[in-house]
Amino acid sequence: MPKPGPEPDDLTKPFWDACNERRLIVQTCSACDRKQYPPEQTCRQCGSKENLEWREVTGKGRIHGYCVMHDSRLRLLQEGQPFNIAVIELLEDPEIKFFSHLPGSPPDNVPVGAIVESYFEESVSGQLLHEWKIVDAAPPGVEIGKYLAR
Amino acid sequence: MTTQNAPASVYRRDEGLGVWEHRGKVAVASYGHAPAVRRWDETLESSVGAYALIAAENALADAGLSKDDLDGVVTVPWGLGDAWGPRPYFDAPYDSEDGLSGATADWVVKNMGLKNVKFTSHGPGCMANALCVAAQAVGDGQANYVLCIRSTGNMPGRYHQTPNQTFGGPGQFTNPWGWQLIPQIAFGFDQYCRKYGTNHDRMAPFVVNQRANGLLQPLGYYAQHRPEGLTVEEYLSSRWICKPMNINDCDLPIQTAAAFLFTTAERAKDLKQKPVYVLNHATQRGVNRSGPETLEETEAYSASIAKKCYEGSGLTASDLDIFNPYDGFTLFFQYYLDAFEWHGVKKGEAHDFYAGDISVKGPHPLSPSGGNNGNGRTRWWGYLDCIQQLQGRAGERQVTIKAETGVAGAFTPGTSDWMVFGTSPD
Repeated sequence: MPKPGPEPDDLTKPFWDACNERRLIVQTCSACDRKQYPPEQTCRQCGSKENLEWREVTGKGRIHGYCVMHDSRLRLLQEGQPFNIAVIELLEDPEIKFFSHLPGSPPDNVPVGAIVESYFEESVSGQLLHEWKIVDAAPPGVEIGKYLAR
Repeated sequence: MTTQNAPASVYRRDEGLGVWEHRGKVAVASYGHAPAVRRWDETLESSVGAYALIAAENALADAGLSKDDLDGVVTVPWGLGDAWGPRPYFDAPYDSEDGLSGATADWVVKNMGLKNVKFTSHGPGCMANALCVAAQAVGDGQANYVLCIRSTGNMPGRYHQTPNQTFGGPGQFTNPWGWQLIPQIAFGFDQYCRKYGTNHDRMAPFVVNQRANGLLQPLGYYAQHRPEGLTVEEYLSSRWICKPMNINDCDLPIQTAAAFLFTTAERAKDLKQKPVYVLNHATQRGVNRSGPETLEETEAYSASIAKKCYEGSGLTASDLDIFNPYDGFTLFFQYYLDAFEWHGVKKGEAHDFYAGDISVKGPHPLSPSGGNNGNGRTRWWGYLDCIQQLQGRAGERQVTIKAETGVAGAFTPGTSDWMVFGTSPD
């Protein structure tokens, strides 16, 4: 499924350059030991700019939740409908969240709670994007689709 | 100098500000409305600008005032729909987007021929925002009669289609996956259902009731053009937009305009209609920890809205009669109901409440406006209904319970503005 590409700017270029090297990095404040994603000009906790640095993360996450897009406003994505849009929380810091189409997972068949890991996919601009795939089943007790009736 | 957006100091964003300093000293004296149609027919007589002027004239007539009485104008400068350009423009005053996809305060002042206006300002995004600006301006003494106007357009063609292949700014981290407002709301609703053990089907009584209430609002789009209503079966079989959000959870884009006249409580007593006093206005601007707004953040934002509305007005949940939060999309209405605890609803109980008698003539007339789902997308139907209910001018929608206080707001829990009304300034 073709994905739109990002337009890197001064702030975000290190992140996207790392993606092109198939590395997932997250902006981290060394003073607060606090990650933030998407990146910002300053640490939102202490306000410092000089303590912000890029740190590589494990690329392991968990499916936090999802929805299933049937009628996107983004024309480029319309040909792939319906598709999952999952929210992924980083295992080492669940407050940090990413988006994923969960390529390979059928629409609306999303095991919330399952473990995922990152990999990289090419967007239409050629820029690599971070994506996620399921590597371990959902924990017991999670009923797929239970709350999305029909 | 062209009119600017209102400064941040106008808005009551923080908890702990206490009772609003102008509580009961500002009033809504009248309202005016334009026709409501599905899309612009490309005639200048039904343009966004023309509709703004119609609504403004109607609000003046409703109050018994003339153009010369007006000394303040606040507008939402741009509509909710798409731009007219790059299609060719028309002769003045329709030679730019101003008047076609929006109406700035300067455009209104000029084209309405207002000669005594000394205060203009913009409340960007929503009528809810502009109403805060208008009320604060009157309270602060910047003008005596402020007309607050918003027109919203719907151009020919599909609404808000995005052809871009690449995105900069914040969208570079969301749009590659198609994450926009609609997935945010759908995802949040799914999280709510998981947390409280409910499901999307349980929305049906609420949405059907919204449409029924809308048919009792003669100014609304559905009452004028689609009076057939909506059944539970139709709702449950509606096509998905972003599961678990279906097409009937979305408010229908329309073209129309409304205006509300604000003045001091003292001056309002001498005008044609019964004054509705402004008891407070409040603003929410949530900042998410990471990309999506989590359910915990949504619930915290909603709780903060309710707390600020109650604190600044001096009311409590048991004092609140008319409850008209924003509903377009319907899937975030439950956050407001849970947070305001209207009619005793507690966190996670909104869908149980929907299953009871929420009809406009019953004991729990939830959202008697019919909202934007029942009338079309404007984000002001809740305000209009609060004013009409408190004035006793709600017609077939007039509730049978006490109607002495009301609250309305728009738009999402994370980004919204609110107003609390009362029949008494005290």
